[in-house]
Amino acid sequence: MMKSFPLISLARSGKVNPKSIDDYIKTGGFEAIKKLSTLSPETVLDDIEKSGLRGRGGAGFPTGLKQRFTSSSCLSCEKRFVVCNADEGEPGTFKDRMIMETDPFLLIEGMIIAAFAIKATNAYIYIRGEYYTSIENLENGIKQCYDRGFLGKNILNTGLNLEMELFKGAGSYLCGEELTLLESLEGKRGYPRIKPPFPAEKGLWGYPTLVNNVETFSHLPFIVTHGYKEYAKIGTTESKGTKLFCVSGNVNKTGVFELPLGITLRELIFDICGGMKNGFEYKGALLGGAAGTFADKSIIDIPLSYEALKKEGLTLGSGAVIVVDDKTDLKKMMKSILHFFKHESCGKCVPCRIGTKLLLDEISKQNPAKIDMNFLSQESEYMAKTSLCPLGQSPVLPIKSYIRFFKNFQ
Amino acid sequence: MQSLNLNLINEILKKYPQKKEYLINALHELQNSHPHKYIDDTIMDACCNHFKLTKSQVYGVVTYYTMFNTKPQGLNVIYVCNSPICSNMGSENIYDFLKQKLKINNDNISIDGKFSLQKVECLGRCGKAPSIMINRDIFTGMTIEKIEEIISKY
Repeated sequence: MMKSFPLISLARSGKVNPKSIDDYIKTGGFEAIKKLSTLSPETVLDDIEKSGLRGRGGAGFPTGLKQRFTSSSCLSCEKRFVVCNADEGEPGTFKDRMIMETDPFLLIEGMIIAAFAIKATNAYIYIRGEYYTSIENLENGIKQCYDRGFLGKNILNTGLNLEMELFKGAGSYLCGEELTLLESLEGKRGYPRIKPPFPAEKGLWGYPTLVNNVETFSHLPFIVTHGYKEYAKIGTTESKGTKLFCVSGNVNKTGVFELPLGITLRELIFDICGGMKNGFEYKGALLGGAAGTFADKSIIDIPLSYEALKKEGLTLGSGAVIVVDDKTDLKKMMKSILHFFKHESCGKCVPCRIGTKLLLDEISKQNPAKIDMNFLSQESEYMAKTSLCPLGQSPVLPIKSYIRFFKNFQ
Repeated sequence: MQSLNLNLINEILKKYPQKKEYLINALHELQNSHPHKYIDDTIMDACCNHFKLTKSQVYGVVTYYTMFNTKPQGLNVIYVCNSPICSNMGSENIYDFLKQKLKINNDNISIDGKFSLQKVECLGRCGKAPSIMINRDIFTGMTIEKIEEIISKY
């Protein structure tokens, strides 16, 4: 039996008009901003660090630490930026869209808190060009916030001046990677930058920049309003808080579910999602999207937390749970994944440009017996070691985990 | 072939500060205002002037991003999601059906010019796969029967 827990990202989802700032305020919105005038940036940073919040975009890096790095680098810099990564493009992931379509002010409030904590001057939202409803909601939200004094000069007497703007992506998966996102935000082709330097040191136009995912920002108002202790009660020792899980495939109830980290895969699929659809049998899941890892039914009782999955060599990624059943054509699925990587490879570095093509050619062989699993494994390893950015480093994840659990394509 | 009036292009560009970072936002609006939904030479030249960029810089951006078209599109653009999830749930059948039904040519436009057909990667509607988008409208849980009814309304 699951312990009760408060909803954080989806508390208002479906209950308020996402276009109305009054609805947001009536339901406790901007309470955290009001509280900021009594707090120092240092206390806010401390609280976020102590809450144990980790980045919800995929890497799971401690959010407080990232904020601290950004706030303490280049102290002589006149500008410091907060950037929201709303370029949700990982196949199987649709959680950020949920937040932006149903509660856009929550994201804006989260970004204001982050800006206060790191003393930022400007905030930018980089959003997928295809998310028309989200774009509309956020444009409207930003405008209403300016009108009411939640953005602009000296926000609610906190001493914080913050300008916020929305920038659209244009259909590149790679721009979801933080440094590539910054290139694109500067109005260029989405080619990855070499790291280090990380955005915390040299980000947008060379200034210290904090890049976080939509879901990560959506947790900050709760931490400031209710305190880090309340937040840290949710989840496991190393994975605090709730997480949005995006379930797709042949289960009875698909969609986005906000649940405490540490819930098991079995609970998610059989209790929350009502089990498999009639005529389908659970075979496994692809966790984290295309750049994620396969798991078969032998580990269905694994807790979905950063530490438990890491121990098994798996990843939580963005929270995508793509359910695989006994009728799923796994070869077709893997081909589709590898096609995706080939299509999205930007072509800047050779290992990824050539590698993604070699992988796709191998998996496209008609006869499954002819597909050389060793080749797939080795080639994806070379790529992981030599590619510039996470795209080239990703195919190894689904390939290796596939081989471990399902052996081959026969 | 109709194109976008130069005055209208400049009218749109005026809304954007003359800084490179506004190029992509501006290109979205310009493409959307074009009767054939693509970025033609006139638009690119106007962007070069406005943002003080070279043609290669603008061309580089336009051709990098898949949402920008460099060729004329049909009156309505159909995007079929091709991600691993949608493809697993049968999006290829939908694509093949549309291609045949709408008589799509090699430029991905139907013979009557009413539709163009594109494959896209992940529309973020994986819970109700397979999904398609027509212009800005999303349709989920697609079957051949449903899609036939939907396109008849365009």
